[in-house]
Amino acid sequence: MTKAHAAPMTSAPVPASRGCTDTPILRQRGQHEVFCGLTSIIWLHRKMQDAFFLVVGSRTCAHLLQSAAGVMIFAEPRFATAILEEADLAGMNDSHDALDEVVAKLLARRPDIRQLFLVGSCPSEVIKLDLARAAERLTQHFAPNVRVLNYTGSGIETTFTQGEDCCLAAMVPVLPNTNPADLIVVGALPDVVEDQMMQLLANLGLDRVALLPGRNAGVDPHIGPNTRFILTQPFLGETHAALCRRGARHIAAPFPFGEAGTTAWLQALCRAFNISDNRFDEVTAAPRARARRALDAHRATLEGKSVFFLPDSQLEVPLARFLAAECGMTPIEVGTPYLHRDLVGPDLADLPGNPTLSEGQDVDLQLDRVRKARPDLTVCGLGLANPLEAEGLTTKWAIELVFTPVHFYEQAGDLAGLFSRPLRRKALLHLEAAE
Amino acid sequence: MKLTVWTYEGPPHVGAMRVATGMKDVHFVLHAPQGDTYADLLFTMIERRNHRPPVTFTTFQARDLGADTANLFKTAAQQAFERFTPKAMIVGASCTAELIQDDPGGLAETMGLPIPVIPLELPSYQRKENFGADETFYQITRSLAVAQQKSETISCNLLGPTALGFRHRDDVEELRRLLNSMGITINVVAPLNASPEDIARLPAAHFNVLMYPETGESTARWLERECDQPYTKTVPIGVGATRDFIREVQHLSGIERTPDQSHLRLPWWSASVDSTYLTGKRVFIFGDATHAIAAARVARDEMGFEVCGLGCFNREFARPVRAAAQQFGLNALITDDYLEVEAAIEAAQPELILGTQMERHIGKRLGIPCAVISAPVHVQDFPARYSPQMGFEGANVLFDTWIHPLVMGLEEHLLQMFRDDFEFHDAAGPSHHGHTAPQANTPAQAPSVTPPIPVPEPSATAGAEIIWLDEAERELRKIPFFVRGKAKRNTESFAQDRGVTQISVETLYEAKAHFAR
Repeated sequence: MTKAHAAPMTSAPVPASRGCTDTPILRQRGQHEVFCGLTSIIWLHRKMQDAFFLVVGSRTCAHLLQSAAGVMIFAEPRFATAILEEADLAGMNDSHDALDEVVAKLLARRPDIRQLFLVGSCPSEVIKLDLARAAERLTQHFAPNVRVLNYTGSGIETTFTQGEDCCLAAMVPVLPNTNPADLIVVGALPDVVEDQMMQLLANLGLDRVALLPGRNAGVDPHIGPNTRFILTQPFLGETHAALCRRGARHIAAPFPFGEAGTTAWLQALCRAFNISDNRFDEVTAAPRARARRALDAHRATLEGKSVFFLPDSQLEVPLARFLAAECGMTPIEVGTPYLHRDLVGPDLADLPGNPTLSEGQDVDLQLDRVRKARPDLTVCGLGLANPLEAEGLTTKWAIELVFTPVHFYEQAGDLAGLFSRPLRRKALLHLEAAE
Repeated sequence: MKLTVWTYEGPPHVGAMRVATGMKDVHFVLHAPQGDTYADLLFTMIERRNHRPPVTFTTFQARDLGADTANLFKTAAQQAFERFTPKAMIVGASCTAELIQDDPGGLAETMGLPIPVIPLELPSYQRKENFGADETFYQITRSLAVAQQKSETISCNLLGPTALGFRHRDDVEELRRLLNSMGITINVVAPLNASPEDIARLPAAHFNVLMYPETGESTARWLERECDQPYTKTVPIGVGATRDFIREVQHLSGIERTPDQSHLRLPWWSASVDSTYLTGKRVFIFGDATHAIAAARVARDEMGFEVCGLGCFNREFARPVRAAAQQFGLNALITDDYLEVEAAIEAAQPELILGTQMERHIGKRLGIPCAVISAPVHVQDFPARYSPQMGFEGANVLFDTWIHPLVMGLEEHLLQMFRDDFEFHDAAGPSHHGHTAPQANTPAQAPSVTPPIPVPEPSATAGAEIIWLDEAERELRKIPFFVRGKAKRNTESFAQDRGVTQISVETLYEAKAHFAR
């Protein structure tokens, strides 16, 4: 696949070098300042309209979901926590009986639910509560109305967006194999972006396209040995492996951020499905031009500025590529929780400059590097943003990058805007006394 | 196992973080997995703190569990000591670390650090955030307080304020002003902004002001027992409570001077005729015990409201809340189940909710105005302006913030008189809230279109089905939205008491006369 990608295309920018493909990875071990995988529930429960996410965990899990949900606290949630109590841990209660009771109560109150995810947490993993067995038992009990699946979002195993990866990977084994799709596009996208993408694919002549996750249980993709799949998010390593196990074939591509990223992503599809260059140009010429125009508006703010990514969502490598290659920024360090070479290889190859690539985190040592480098823009989590601002640095909260429509042509300008806004704001504010 | 949608309190280690983050020169080493660092954002985002909380998370992962998590803890503690050079360290475990039983206290003791290291026992599967804060403050005080002579001038400590507390910053300032104007010196405020040296000086005060029993009572009791420091029992929220508090302080200190009250405005604001429309408004009060009890007294005695529901989420304080509720002829609602609170509010159909951010959400859903009086907090609960709850300025703030969500006096009448006015109509809401009034129903549409603000469904609890006849239902819709819920509830209970199953216009006005006051 990588080989296929390197094959020259008439309208594709041919990478002049191997970019950061061979850059050594800095790995440090210490405090991680990241969310656990449970946090993905915040967007997954909005995406899958008939799904409910039941975390089996502690009060901490419940508190995380409500704190991280922040502004979304007032939405009608389709998630909850079954909080383990002393009696569950001391073995005074049979945890499985207790869980069955909670699920029965929940489903009685929410008859609209068609899929229930039992989500493992740190405490449930440590006490080895077998949620797979529970899911199997509950599926039998509630079939055919409700399908019960399980995955882990625990902090001891997953970081932030890996929660989505584990969730989608858990769905793959139960995908039906009748009438398989030609193409499955994988990764939860905002509905507006998904609609734009489907229109692009239809215009290219791809019409047997399915989405994982679907908006509800009834539209799950069908899968077969001739099915190919492409990812829209770089953090879907487990899902990638699960789909390959079902015989589907992966189409490797840079991720569809910005004009160049979206173009390369679509070109990879065109190669895979033998769609002509003419057709490609016809479909994409107008949106490509629009995306370039939209980016131009932000380039003045971003060009020549340095950027430092702290690890957060695994979007860091593709976004660094976008900022460096399309907005003229200089990445100093690109930190990511995990670096899946299989998935972000094409983006690494297109990442210019000579940034440090780091995987995992020792937050104190990493902040020492931030302070030394004094980047123009630091992309970091919510816990760090205000303290760094107070030190005179300009920051972008990383979480907004997963909560905002940022993929494909029509969002290229919005994506650049997320990075340029903090810089423009800093320039706008005059809070000191006039000289 | 308990099904939980939203929680009123975080886990106990978050309470410990509130103490550590409020203090100076203290570092908290928390044995915890990756992800528990989410708690940092409570302080840096919600409270807008400009420093990271002084907390090191050991960040163990699944692959460490079979290996050496204990050593990971020791490494993290050693590095935290060297990097942050705290003057005291507290150590503890989050919920997951509690299960792996590494004993952070014991491990830290073997390290021989040259500073006091205070171990915390935070039972995550039994207790919650307020307990964690109270216990942490108590353990720190027990470890660091030094017996000493009382100060020469009469002085007191202010106990209980923490980081992320509801208006703690401004309450401290207001009480400082109030006590200083009585001629009383503040010895130490703790834990907020206190250093380990300050904690050592706690016993020099003559008495303690217990601002927040939820987070300071264990410490106050211990200091009373060990250091002969009595503490105040009245929490000075509201005019009456502040005056009681002043008398208590006079009694404890022997100082007779009364503080300046010239800036107190609540009594006249409440007595002036514009406030007549507040008379007998039914309010539902829910929050932490301290704020809920105080709000109930202010609501009845200083605003002229009728308290129709009172409760708290912190079970530890169930007894005083039950006692307070009894004085209002109510059964206290003691629960941390958000859905139970929602059901109680729906059944009571109050005209105003005084609650937490959770109740604000409930109010939004039910179309009932709400003012926030208590934690759990939200970024809006940390205003830039001075906005205490305690003392005389606090009373002024209560008046303003509780009135704000309501429809104002004259506007109430306009709504009654010109129901389908293009500007004053149901969907518009109180005019001073600024959102654009959606266009009123045009006459042509009016007959077919249902008013957008829903009439609450009939109470499901009613045994026999009560039916609203069409004409009565139309009449009900003529009642302005902010009293319609009450009118509906009153009429239904009136009908039910009399075995009436069909509500006519007659029934509606019979009920109105019956409930007239």
